[in-house]
Order: sequence, then C-alpha cells, then structure tokens
Amino acid sequence: MGMKFCGPKLSLCGLVLSVWGIIQLTLMGVFYYIQAVALLEDIPIDEEDTHTISGFISAAENGYTQNAYNCWIAALLYVITLVVSGHQFWMNNRSSVSM
Amino acid sequence: MGSLFRSEEMTLCQLFLQSEAAYACVSELGELGLVQFRDLNPDVNAFQRKFVNEVRRCDEMERKLRYLEKEIRRDGIPMLEIPGECPEAPQPREMIDLEATFEKLENELREVNQNAEALKRNFLELTELKHILRKTQVFFDEMADPSREEEQVTLLGEEGLMAGGQALKLGFVAGVILRERIPAFERMLWRACRGNVFLRQAEIDTPLEDPSSSDQVFKSVFIIFFQGDQLKTRVKKICEGFRATLYPCPEAPADRREMAMGVMTRIEDLNTVLGQTQDHRHRVLVAAAKNIKNWFVKVRKIKAIYHTLNLFNLDVTQKCLIAECWVPALDLETIQLALRRGTERSGSSVPPILNRMETIEDPPTYNRTNKFTSAFQNLIYAYGVATYREVNPAPYTIITFPFLFAVMFGDLGHGALMAAFGFWMCYKEKPLQAKKIDSEIWTIFFGGRYIILLMGLFSMYTGLIYNDIFSKSLNIFGSSWRNNYNESDLLTNKLLQLNPDSKDYLQIPYPFGIDPVWQLAEANKIIFMNAYKMKISIIIGVFHMLFGVCLSLWNHIYFKRRISIYVEFIPQIMFLVLLFFYMVMLMFIKWVKYGPDADFLGSSDPEVIKTSAYCAPSILITFINMMLFKTDPNTRPECDDTMYPGQIGLQKFFVIVALMCVPVMLFGKPYFIMKEQKQRARQGHQTIEGTAENGAAGGAAAVAPAHHHDEDITEVFIHQAIHTIEYVLGSISHTASYLRLWALSLAHAQLAEVAWNMLLRKGLMSRDFEGGIFLYVVFAGWAAISVSILVLMEGLSAFLHTLRLHWVEFQSKFYAGEGYLFQPFSFEVILDSAGQGEE
Repeated sequence: MGMKFCGPKLSLCGLVLSVWGIIQLTLMGVFYYIQAVALLEDIPIDEEDTHTISGFISAAENGYTQNAYNCWIAALLYVITLVVSGHQFWMNNRSSVSM
Repeated sequence: MGSLFRSEEMTLCQLFLQSEAAYACVSELGELGLVQFRDLNPDVNAFQRKFVNEVRRCDEMERKLRYLEKEIRRDGIPMLEIPGECPEAPQPREMIDLEATFEKLENELREVNQNAEALKRNFLELTELKHILRKTQVFFDEMADPSREEEQVTLLGEEGLMAGGQALKLGFVAGVILRERIPAFERMLWRACRGNVFLRQAEIDTPLEDPSSSDQVFKSVFIIFFQGDQLKTRVKKICEGFRATLYPCPEAPADRREMAMGVMTRIEDLNTVLGQTQDHRHRVLVAAAKNIKNWFVKVRKIKAIYHTLNLFNLDVTQKCLIAECWVPALDLETIQLALRRGTERSGSSVPPILNRMETIEDPPTYNRTNKFTSAFQNLIYAYGVATYREVNPAPYTIITFPFLFAVMFGDLGHGALMAAFGFWMCYKEKPLQAKKIDSEIWTIFFGGRYIILLMGLFSMYTGLIYNDIFSKSLNIFGSSWRNNYNESDLLTNKLLQLNPDSKDYLQIPYPFGIDPVWQLAEANKIIFMNAYKMKISIIIGVFHMLFGVCLSLWNHIYFKRRISIYVEFIPQIMFLVLLFFYMVMLMFIKWVKYGPDADFLGSSDPEVIKTSAYCAPSILITFINMMLFKTDPNTRPECDDTMYPGQIGLQKFFVIVALMCVPVMLFGKPYFIMKEQKQRARQGHQTIEGTAENGAAGGAAAVAPAHHHDEDITEVFIHQAIHTIEYVLGSISHTASYLRLWALSLAHAQLAEVAWNMLLRKGLMSRDFEGGIFLYVVFAGWAAISVSILVLMEGLSAFLHTLRLHWVEFQSKFYAGEGYLFQPFSFEVILDSAGQGEE
C-alpha cells in the first residue's frame, strides 16, 4: 500500500494545516486577482516604479496578478500535502484498528 | 423540574431501613445519585465501624485486581471496555464468589511468573556457558600457538625462564562479567596478583536479559590463566567480589565440543518450555482481561455501598438502620420509588420510611445542569459555591462570558479557528468521551467544549464588527471614503488625510462594522479605534455592573430583607446611575450631537461649527470637572461651554445626591437593626414578666436572641462600613477595570498585524513563480505562529480576563457565595474519580 513515514500526530497536523492552507490561499488568490485594496501593501513593487502614477498602477497590477498565481500555486502544493497527509493518516488509523 | 435561576430546594430527611433491605436500597440510591448522606458516627474510628470487615475484603479484592491489571498492561493486552450499561452492584453473597475467582487468578499468575523467572535464570546460565565455550576456543588456540611464546615469557618474568625454560602448566578459570566492570576487574587482578595472572576477554555481541529486572545487559567473556593454588584462590575471590559468574570449562577441545553440543540441546529445550510458559500466561491474562473492567466496577460499587452503610446508625432494637440525608425536594417521589425497588429486590417485607426533618442548618447548594450548562456553572463554582437559594449567575454567564471574551479577541479568522475546534469537539463528543484520553490539558479543553464553541462564534461576530480577519479588512459593502486628491498632491506627499467634513466622506456610514479604509490608515487607525473601543468598554462595563446590582434585588426579595431594599439596593443603584450611567449618556450625546452636517460641509457658520467635530468635548475631562465642581476656561471661543443647556446645574445635583447615598448605605442598615433590637428587647421584657409566674422557658428563649444580637451591633457597623467602602470605591475601580476590554483587543490586533507583516508578507514579495513554493513554506510558519500565539496564548489570556471580570466586577455586586456543594452518593461520580485516580 505504501510506506508509513509519519506518525498519527504529524499526519493529523499536516491534514489540518493543508485544509486551512487550501481554503485561505485560494481565497487570497481570488482577492489578489480582483485587486482588493486591503492587500495593497503585500505586493512586490520596485522603488523606481513609484515615480509616476501610471507606472505605479501598472506595477501594482502586475504585482497583484503575480501574487494571485503564487497563492494558487501554494494552494496546489497544499492539495498535494493534503493527499499525502490523508493517506498517512488513513494508514495510521488502519494499523491501529486492525491491532 | 428545577430551574437554573436559583439553586434547588433541599430537605433534610431521615431514612429508616431494615437491615436486610439496607444493602439493596443503598445500591439503588447510588445508581440514582440524588442523595447526600451525613455521617452519623463522626467520632467513631474507621476500624470500629460496623462494616469494617466487608470494606477490608473489598480492599483485598481491589488489590488483587490491581495486580492483575498491572500484569495485563505489562503484556500489552487491550482491556475490553464495558459494553452497554454499567453492571449493578452484586449481592453480598456474590462477593464470596468474586473473592474465590480473584484468589485463584492471582495464585495462578504468581506461580507462572515464578516459574518463568526460574526458567529464565537457567536460560541465562546456559547462554553464558555457550558464549564462553565459543570464545575460549580462540584463547586456547592462541595459547597453544608457539608464536605466542614471547607473550608468555614477558608475563611470567625472568624467574620463569630461569626456573626451567620450558612451558609451565597453567590453570585457568572462565566466566562472564558485566562489560562495565572489566577495566576495574583487570586492574584489581593485576594489582592483587602482582601481574602473575593473564586475562583474556572478549565481548558478547548480543545483550543478555537479566531475569529479575528484565533489562538487557551487555556482558563479556573472560578467561584467567594462573599458576598455583594460591593464585587460584585469590582469583576466585576477586571474581566473587566483582559478581562474575564462573563456569567449569573443560580443557581438552574434544570435551569442549561435546559440552557445547549438550548446551545447545538444553538451550533449545528450555526455549520451548519458556515459550509454552509465556503462552499459558498470555492465555490466563487474556481471559482475565475480558472481565477485569467489569470486576473493577463491581468491587468499587460494593466498597462504596459498605462505606455508606458505615455512616448509618443502628437503632435500639438492632434491627433497623437509620440514616440522615439531604435530598432535593422535587425528587422525593423518585427516591421513594428507588427505595421500594430496593426493598423488593432484597425480598424484605418491611418498607423503608423516608421522613422529612426540620432543621436550622444551611442546606447544600444543588443546581440541576445538563452537559451544556454544567461547564458555565463550574466556572461560577470555581470562585465560590452559591449560598443556598441565592440567585445563580450561571444562566447569564452563558451569554455574557463568550461576549466579553469576544470583545477582547475580535478577529474573524482566529474566531473561525476556535469555533471550528469547538465544533469538532462537540460534534465528536461521544467517540471522544469513550476514548478516555489521559492528558489533563485535553480534559480541560474537552470539558469546556461548549464554552470554546460559543467563544469562537461570538469572536467571529466581533471580528466582523471590528472588520478584522487575520489583521486585514473585508470590503463587503463598499467603503464610504473617497480619494479626492489630484496627481501632484499624491506624488509629492508621504501622508495625506481625508477629512470627514468634506466630500472625502460620503456621509453614509459603512452598514456593518468598521469601514475597511481604516486598515490602510497606518498613522491614525489606532487613535480612532482607541476612542471607539474605550467608550464601548465603559458602556458594556456599566451595563454589566448595573445588571449585577439589579440581581441583588431578587436576593433581597427572596430572603425577605425589606430593609435592605431601601437602604442598600436603592442607594447603590442611584450611586451607579447618577454617576456612571450619566457618563454613558454623555458618550451617546457626544456621538449623536457632534459631527459633520451633510448640507453644510466645511462651512464656517458659527452655528454649524458649534456642532462640528471641532467642538466635541472630552468626556473624561467633563466627568472629572463634574466630580470636582470645577469649570475649565474655554480654550475654543467658537464652542459652547456645555453639551446641553443646564448641564452644570444638573451635574451638581447628580453629584450631591450620589454623595448623599453614601451615608445612607453606611448607617441605614445598622440603624434599622438597632431599632429592631430595641423592639425585641421591650417585647422580651414583657414576656419575662408575663411568664415569670409560669416559669416557662419561653422567656429565656426570648432573652437569648436579644442578648445574641446586642453583642453583634458593632459587628454590623463594621460589616456595613466594609461593604459601603467596597461598593463606592469599587464602582470607580471596576468601571476603569472594564477598560481591559479595550486593552486586550488592541494587543490582539497589533499582534495579528505583526505576525502578518513580519512573516506572511515575506512570502508575498517574490517576483517570480518560485514565490509560490516559498509562500507554501512561509504559510506553514505563519499558521503555526497564529495558532500558538494568537489563538492559544491570547485566547487563554482573554479567557482569564473575562473570568476575572465576571468573578470580581460582576459578582461582587450581588453574590455571597458562602454555600457548600451538594455531593450526592453516586456510583457514576465514584467510578469516574477512581478511574482517573489510577491513571
């Protein structure tokens, strides 16, 4: 079936963290995509782009889309973590029940 | 059905039980768990009580069961939980059967263990012998090897050579010793035998099992060569001292080979026997493990019943047992039914008698709670058990506790985490309870699962009001602030302010909660939130305390303390209302009256300016001036001195009336008590004169209480003075104490912001797609910090402060808390505590 390399506690932690990560990072990605103002301070903007308004706006838009993609990539990585943790958790449960 | 409003009505009852029926009746009452027995033999020693023999037998049985349990646990056999209902307490005659079973099991187990130990010792000896035979083969080969002669020569020294020049006949001993002792052993041998003995040693690779302690130890094989008998005795003594086991080892290689084979066969035989012994032991233990929990319950129940029977009194005819017990008045029917069941079971003909007794003693406090309300009730009891029939603060605590917690914790994200945790615990209640997890921290969290769930839900609500989710704001309805600056202003200024008295603010407030624009106002967000949160804290605090004082009215009415209503309740309410509720009113007036006018934005008309934010007075300064009867000079001539006409006069009036309440609180009650005493003394004199002819004892009784009260009048004065000072000073300090609601919510918001800015932002500053992976890692760290610091630590802190606000600020207004808890005789409680105690 597969190797068991996490104990029950670590796999449960991974499970909970993955669920939280997927939900929060997907939502953050959506908020970045619709360019929410609350996240304005959390986008990468170079110093030189802040000298003109149009430069600032385009840099901000780039930052928003870049971060949206990054959040979704991280959410995807957490989906993988969820699958792995879930598998480990299920294997741990099975072995303790079968005893 | 009792209510949670105040504690239940209790009656003291006398119970007459026939001796044969007593056991069964007490067993039924134990299952019911509604009766608290009093000890009618308090002076009697534990060893002189009636049923001491039975208790002793139960103790013996429990000891045997514990021994069995230890063995079962050592082998790792799972003990079956009791399926379905708990078994009932068995009849006294069944006790003998149980005792016989346990005795048999214990003896069998002890015998098996002893045999196993003897076998293991034998096994150890044979194994060591096997290792010796194997390793010493090498030594003897080396000895016979002529190339080794030089070593012999150096060891034996010059005399040996001189003596004959031929190889000397050496004796030897072989044995096994613990590896740690080898260096000291060698040194001792060298010194004691003056270097005339020759030690070879080799380590045994596999650890051997010590039979008595079951530890794995590492040993080494050694062989010592010497010449002569004296050295032999010396060597043997040293081996004895170092607890090395010596084995007879034959010299000739053929003999050794034969011995080795014999040892191998014997080892194999022993292994089989050992295996069979272990199997037998395992089978015995598995059979015992099926029933052991059942037996534990039964034995504990029997013991509990006999302990209770020891509290009873034997009546004169020796046929009947008398008990005194506290019983909730509403449950008398149920108890009668239980007693009838018990009598039927025991086959006795005489029904038990339950008699109500009158008493002046204070009954215990009993509140009927279910799994939801019991957690909140326990929070209240932790501070002090309610006096009998006092108003119970628990039903209000169910809402005010999570609410005050939420005011301090307000964050939608952290509240959601807490609510999810609470929801999981409540949803999986039955399976989690059945698991019986050992950890004390888990027991605390699980016991408060409903509190945690409510705190989480309320925190989500206040998180929406503060518009704070993990330190970011949600813009659901669209902000009411607009940016009207042009490009050049934006490019040349670092910070710009939006003026609410202009087109920057749409004059229509954000529908629910704080406007999301404030999250971006890094310069004055905290100043704005401070003004809001401090006022909210004081408003909530004053209402909470007023509610507490109102609850004391119910206590006065119930305990028929009419005087207290006039000289305690009314002055207290007036003091609080005239001073602090007036301050709350000032806050509301300030919020409503001062602000921008939508039709005259930015106007310089003096009438408009008077109601603009420029003229809003400071509530704190106003209040201080009110108390000190002072008026400050007006620093802003465009503004009015007062918030409404007649303010100064009204404030003076309020302060004077409030101050007049203080002497009423101080002297009112003692004055009335003195009046009452004088009245009673006059009546007492009259009755004495009236009964002097009859010589009745009534006069003496009338004199006694008056005498009793006379002594207490100074105490009443002191008592009342303490209470008044406590209330008056407390009203100021407690009102300020509620500002912790502001302080903790500020701390929480700032911690959340720091966690986001310092941690999660680092993962959001990458320009390329590898930022996704970096964010994946950083998010895990941020999540760990959020849970451990913001949810756990801040949650615990807010919980503690809320508890303090309830215990001190709220309950000191009405709660006496001088009762004692109703602790009924209940098998459930006894079994739970016994189960926890042994773990």
